[in-house]
Amino acid sequence: MRYLPLTEADRKAMLAKIGVADIDALFADVPKDKRLDALVDLPKAQGELEVERALAKMAARNTAAGSVPFFVGAGAYKHHVPATVDHLIQRSEFLTSYTPYQPEIAQGTLQYLYEFQSQVAMLTGMEVANASMYDGSTAAAEAVLMAHRVTKRRRAVLAGNLNPHYRETIETLSRLSEHELVVLPPAPAGREKLAEAIDETVSCVVVQTPDFYGHLHDLTEIAEKAHAAGALLVAVFTEAVSLGLVQPPGAMGADIVVGEGQSIGNALSFGGPYVGLFATRGKLVRQMPGRLAGETVDKEGRRGFVLTLSTREQHIRREKATSNICTNSGLCVLAFTIHLSLLGEAGLRRLARINHANAVALARALGKVKGVKVLNETFFNEFTIRVPGDAADVIEKLSQKGVLGGVPVSRLEPGRPELADLIVVASTEVNTDADRAAYATALTEVLA
Amino acid sequence: MLNQNGQATFSGNRGLAVEEALIFEVGRSDTTGVDLPEPAKFSSKLGRLARTEPLGLPGLTEPEAMRHYVRLSQRNYGIDTGLFPLGSCTMKHNPRLNEKMARTPGFGDIHPLQPLSTVPGAVALIAGLSRWLVELTGMPAIAMTPKAGAHGELCGLMAIKAAIEARGEKRSVVLVPESAHGTNPATASLLGYRVEAVPARDDGTVDPGEVKKRLSSDVAGVMLTNPNTCGLFERDVVAIAEAVHAAGAYFYADGANFNAIVGKVRPGDLGVDAMHINLHKTFSTPHGGGGPGAGPVALSAALAPFAPVPYVVADGADVRYVEHGSTPTPNPSPQGGGEPRRASGSGGAQPFGRMCAFHGQMGMFVRAMAYMLSHGSDGMRQASEDAVLNANYVRASLSDLMSLPYGDRPCMHEVLFDDHWLEGTGVTTLDFAKAMIDEGFHPMTVYFPLVVHGAMLIEPTESESKQSLDQFIASLRGLAQAAKAGDAARFKDAPRFSPRRRLDETKAAREPRLRWTPQAPQQEAAE
Repeated sequence: MRYLPLTEADRKAMLAKIGVADIDALFADVPKDKRLDALVDLPKAQGELEVERALAKMAARNTAAGSVPFFVGAGAYKHHVPATVDHLIQRSEFLTSYTPYQPEIAQGTLQYLYEFQSQVAMLTGMEVANASMYDGSTAAAEAVLMAHRVTKRRRAVLAGNLNPHYRETIETLSRLSEHELVVLPPAPAGREKLAEAIDETVSCVVVQTPDFYGHLHDLTEIAEKAHAAGALLVAVFTEAVSLGLVQPPGAMGADIVVGEGQSIGNALSFGGPYVGLFATRGKLVRQMPGRLAGETVDKEGRRGFVLTLSTREQHIRREKATSNICTNSGLCVLAFTIHLSLLGEAGLRRLARINHANAVALARALGKVKGVKVLNETFFNEFTIRVPGDAADVIEKLSQKGVLGGVPVSRLEPGRPELADLIVVASTEVNTDADRAAYATALTEVLA
Repeated sequence: MLNQNGQATFSGNRGLAVEEALIFEVGRSDTTGVDLPEPAKFSSKLGRLARTEPLGLPGLTEPEAMRHYVRLSQRNYGIDTGLFPLGSCTMKHNPRLNEKMARTPGFGDIHPLQPLSTVPGAVALIAGLSRWLVELTGMPAIAMTPKAGAHGELCGLMAIKAAIEARGEKRSVVLVPESAHGTNPATASLLGYRVEAVPARDDGTVDPGEVKKRLSSDVAGVMLTNPNTCGLFERDVVAIAEAVHAAGAYFYADGANFNAIVGKVRPGDLGVDAMHINLHKTFSTPHGGGGPGAGPVALSAALAPFAPVPYVVADGADVRYVEHGSTPTPNPSPQGGGEPRRASGSGGAQPFGRMCAFHGQMGMFVRAMAYMLSHGSDGMRQASEDAVLNANYVRASLSDLMSLPYGDRPCMHEVLFDDHWLEGTGVTTLDFAKAMIDEGFHPMTVYFPLVVHGAMLIEPTESESKQSLDQFIASLRGLAQAAKAGDAARFKDAPRFSPRRRLDETKAAREPRLRWTPQAPQQEAAE
């Protein structure tokens, strides 16, 4: 077996050194009647070629985003990632290292975490960011828990246009943690009456912008209202590229900003692994979940980095920790920070403009298709259309014509017939004029 | 020979050890390493929400970025660098075939919400991995979506809580042995449970009598790591499971140490109700500097119906993917509608909810599947045996110099020493660990588990050859003898040859500097 270096002779010599007759002597504590005498009922070892064939065959049954005109978003986005990014994250010393508990030999990881934290803070307009969460949805759930700790209240308000998967993630945790939740109904046209739901029992209000349906929101008023009630504003985004062009939540009064970082540097990969971004105000940092890298000096006075403020964390505080989180998304953080360093401010702004321009062009093209209505007055690279009939059916038929045309809202909101004719459509820099034309043509045919 | 700044070289570099500034110090906001065309004119749909302030983000050209990150990488120690015996973390070899397969466009470039009819291979992979995990755990269902070990713990405890609620009961206590990972009590308390500690007995394992004493109709479950964090198999695990079940509670197993027993014994046969599996430990998906992980949870028949959405239902060749639970689906999935009556492979009929967006860590599923297909049933069993053999070889080769808190008896895949043997030397566990860095090794896990003084937990994994272990053992013996001979300076000064010497962690915590700010360099100059 190519991964196992011990030879039979080694094993014999080692057992002799240990002073036991056979390997089973080392498993003596395992109850004898529970031990497996034979191999489990699974295939035996295979060579690299065979494994590659088997998995490639499975992969070939899937339609890759890059192989068709592709407009699917709703929380994960198809972007071009420079070749440099994937090369660098596969450097052995990054790929095969662990959590930087021994900082003297983990400065590479610690420095990029520090740079990442700085970039996320700048991007969101916040003072401080952590070294990442699992993904946007779990970051949002952690933000609610953090707001509960800060305000010592146990009741959160969720905007109706929060991504339904995020909502369900928060609902699940809230119900099983015995916290209260006020969930507003979806408002696909973009106007929600959030302010009315806020009172002095509420720990936070969670609002997404651009929201699930693509609408942009000015959070200033809702922030003021929340603050007046002693509550926090948690702002959520699922498309990090939007922050290159859109007013950041930090400039609109958000107290905690969470989002999905997949868009920058990370592959679609059917939904994971991704990288959750989490930023807040400096004064709230001690209530923050997750790892934090901080600057310090070594014995010779040279600048270096360590994990810090770990008295918040489970390995020190156990049941009194701010969160149970241990693992972060280290390698996805690295992909994010390399891609963003390559883009820089100039590149990110231009990338965001291209995304917006492409989405504007697509909205115009689809809006001209008979029977189709674009619901958004504002959007970044994603918007919602209403089609005559069942949206899931339309998407399936489009897919048969070789166009992946977006996400039927019913895929995430199956219990709401009033949303069954809506499609969330995204367009990024990967889409060409020909892609848009193909979509409009296919949609025209499907609806004819 | 020092220059006027007291440094060995003018540049601050030392040969191949090259210093690297922050991106904020080398990059410029008008520079970009990505060539993009300016879009044609368009009418903005941003309303009044266009960004008004600059971001201040630096950009690097491609050669600058390449050099920046390559230099950073050279300041890291990885498994590919050398032996990485971090106990409880299973730092085994990360095969590159797995990386290659995860990047196949059919896996890496598919969207979680594109029509299910366009991703049958993805569903098949999830079903396949789930089936392998079912076989290896002896448990009937796998919740695939948890994103890491602690997230898996949360999933398992949520299933337990949901199952107890479904019986119309409410219980408020979770029992956790003192040797447990910190995530265990943190997870229990996240769900509002009161955590009660169970002490270890003299041999480092849990006494079923101590568990029984604490069991009552208020106990929801017990969280037990097996093999435990002392590197020992809980030999009374069956008695513990029986007692837990007799009290109407559930048995959660922390699967962090599954690598010792894959193919040797199945947790399901031991009475486990829920166990997370760290794909990034046992099944070699890369640790990546701290993540991403993946923490699928194996569930017993009692808990399977409560598995979160989404899940796979496999009935022979018929595989269905279920994305929604109790709410009836007006648009049945392409695989056919109807509520699942029976879960085989994954999930069940009364899902407690959703752990996260989408379908879990697909990229990690592909890597773990490649690992499993490569090893096969025979290779995985051999891997566990080799992991246990390697740990015991280290134990047997060091036990005359270093102290074993629970006596010289076989361990599983990791061996735990304490600092008793360092008494009077002036050398601490931390000093010893730092001296290992100078010897070219990553230190073992130190000061964990908390149940022994100055813990040193060594997990070599099956990836090490005998030659590599002999080298490691020789170095540790040399260090141990030096400590006992009074050469404390070697340890107090360590590490001497790493990119940085010991770092001031107190300063980092007292004066937190958690991000770069434009003013910072000037402040430093003024100080």
